[in-house]
Amino acid sequence: MIKHLLSAADLDAQHATLVLDTAAELANLSSREVKKLPTLRGRTVVNLFYEDSTRTRISFEAAAKRLSADVINFSAKGSSVSKGESLKDTALTLQAMGADAVVVRHPASGAPHRLAQWVDGSVVNAGDGTHEHPTQALLDAYTMRSRLGRLAGLHVAIVGDVLHSRVARSNVLLLTTLGAKVTVVGPPTLIPVDVGPALSPDLRVSYDLDAVLPDVDVVMMLRVQRERMNDSYFPSTREYARRYGLDAARMRRLPEHAIVMHPGPMVRGMEITPEVADSARSTIVEQVANGVSVRMAVLYLLLGGK
Amino acid sequence: MSSTFLVKGVSVLGAEPTDLLIRDGVVAEVGGDARGAQVVDAAGLVALPGLVDLHTHLREPGREDAETVESGSRAAALGGYTAVCAMANTSPVADTAGVVEQVWRLGREAGLVDVQPIGAVTVGLAGQHLAELGAMATSAAKVRIFSDDGHCVSDARLMRRALEYVKAFDGVIAQHAEEPRLTEGAQMHEGEVSARLGLTGWPAVAEEAIIARDALLAGHVGARLHVCHVSTAGSVDVIRQAKAAGVRVTAEVTPHHLLLTDERATSYDPVFKVNPPLRTKTDVAALRSALAEGLIDIVATDHAPHAVEDKECEWAYARPGMIGLETALSIVLDVLGPDWELIAERMSRTPARIAGLTEHGRTPAPGEPATFTLFDPAARWEVDPTGSASRSRNTPYAGMTLPGRIVATFLRGEPTVLDGKAVK
Repeated sequence: MIKHLLSAADLDAQHATLVLDTAAELANLSSREVKKLPTLRGRTVVNLFYEDSTRTRISFEAAAKRLSADVINFSAKGSSVSKGESLKDTALTLQAMGADAVVVRHPASGAPHRLAQWVDGSVVNAGDGTHEHPTQALLDAYTMRSRLGRLAGLHVAIVGDVLHSRVARSNVLLLTTLGAKVTVVGPPTLIPVDVGPALSPDLRVSYDLDAVLPDVDVVMMLRVQRERMNDSYFPSTREYARRYGLDAARMRRLPEHAIVMHPGPMVRGMEITPEVADSARSTIVEQVANGVSVRMAVLYLLLGGK
Repeated sequence: MSSTFLVKGVSVLGAEPTDLLIRDGVVAEVGGDARGAQVVDAAGLVALPGLVDLHTHLREPGREDAETVESGSRAAALGGYTAVCAMANTSPVADTAGVVEQVWRLGREAGLVDVQPIGAVTVGLAGQHLAELGAMATSAAKVRIFSDDGHCVSDARLMRRALEYVKAFDGVIAQHAEEPRLTEGAQMHEGEVSARLGLTGWPAVAEEAIIARDALLAGHVGARLHVCHVSTAGSVDVIRQAKAAGVRVTAEVTPHHLLLTDERATSYDPVFKVNPPLRTKTDVAALRSALAEGLIDIVATDHAPHAVEDKECEWAYARPGMIGLETALSIVLDVLGPDWELIAERMSRTPARIAGLTEHGRTPAPGEPATFTLFDPAARWEVDPTGSASRSRNTPYAGMTLPGRIVATFLRGEPTVLDGKAVK
């Protein structure tokens, strides 16, 4: 297994499948009365969060605890970080404490890569700036596979602010590795220049959501921040919702079996309407549950599980 | 008291080996009396006119932890330079006669290269009001180049006025071409790699649009324009058109833009973060041929020292810039090959002419100032950041093996470097 999980591109098809299969085995655990395995007893996992993200932090914390690891939560707020301590000094501190794994969430793209150069333990990227969020992609793939039975050959549309989305980058990389077909959809201003050659030669780009929907198995809606309007990425939230939001009428264009995903947190009324988010097609709650199993699998495999 | 040196067996710009007698600051007439002269064995070495850097950040006053006029001068001399033009973005900014004279005086005291201060175009580099350009021009520092480098003079009317105003004393505006609205938050070249790395892109057009605008303005008012650190193939096309139209425009390229590409950012190591950013292979190829052809007139280092804490951090929080005085000639040799006339033109004569430094850029020959450097083109060396004379360590070439080494540098007959070591 690899040492760090910094990018979804760190996983080849074999390793990615191993993570998903391991997650499936571990998922059975959560239906048991005692939800704990002794696997990581005596190992220390540090959650190093430079951004508020309750859901991701809790998910990693639950994952590590179910494997019996000692968990230290290190939040940038109220710590030495807010006094101006550098990432390197923080890394050396964690190193001295003997962290076996550091789960890091950071507003700067590439911060986990830097961290990995300064600590001996494994580094797991829990979201870095506008770069990647590989465990989110793994849990999304896991959710697709459990709902639709496979990944190879699926057509997945990723819709919205692809430019600023770490979820989109990781999903494109992982899904294409696993043989899915991916189309990113959004206004041209929110699709990165050269995104195709950057992420995957097979990646498709569309600016027309209605045209894409009848042909997809999965539609993944990305959060779109209202503030993007102020930078002229789109004229108004109303126009954005009209062109790229998923409402009930658009949802009816989807094939019968297609599912609707969202990494959360949602902006209801912007990229997704409540009736879609709460519909039977929606996997949003499932995604959260699957997040714990997938993160258990990642920690288990990185920290020397077989 | 000036010393006497006999440089034996040197190849001046690749010509047949000869001896150069250095006395009283000049190269003596052939057959002069060499008694008592200190002999410098220069067999296998090439003599070049002392290099002139039009774009150096010496950081003093203000960031003496990153570089001082003295430490930067030493790095320059070790790189074969005899003159450097010190950029104005110090703290306080070099936007008054007082600050440019301070830098000029510190350069004289260090005595390792001629330090020619560049004055700011606008007060505090803020892009609002013209600095007292005339006062800087008539100061002891005799400023002729003005630049807000680090910032673009983006206001078109202000740029027009600056270009016009400095005509009165044959000044030149050196523009950092970057349309600021197109580069807000920019971290690296906008393209395939930025899309993959999730770093905000710095589009090539932000540079090209400003160069095109400024060339038109310079043509309109009949002024001189110098373009700093040209980094894109599109900029080369714009400059080609401007020159063909008769605009008095000169342009520089840095060694790092001639060698490195945006792929380096993949490491997220901010030692590769620089402004303008490293571009693509296509850009590198276009810059190389433009330099060979003369569309780009000179190589300038944009030597930009930064303290360790400003580079040993997250990419987005790091300051842009790289040191480059000690590696420039090796990289240009690598890029242009051993065409010594061409190298002298691009790294010494033309920059001296743009800066108005008449004592520089002159081939060492009898009667000429003894301001030259001796270069061993056969040597190879591995770049070790800790071995730099700069106070900073932010070289992007760490661990690379480069061709050619400076053995000695003379400034008006006095050695600043001998046996590859700084004399003081």
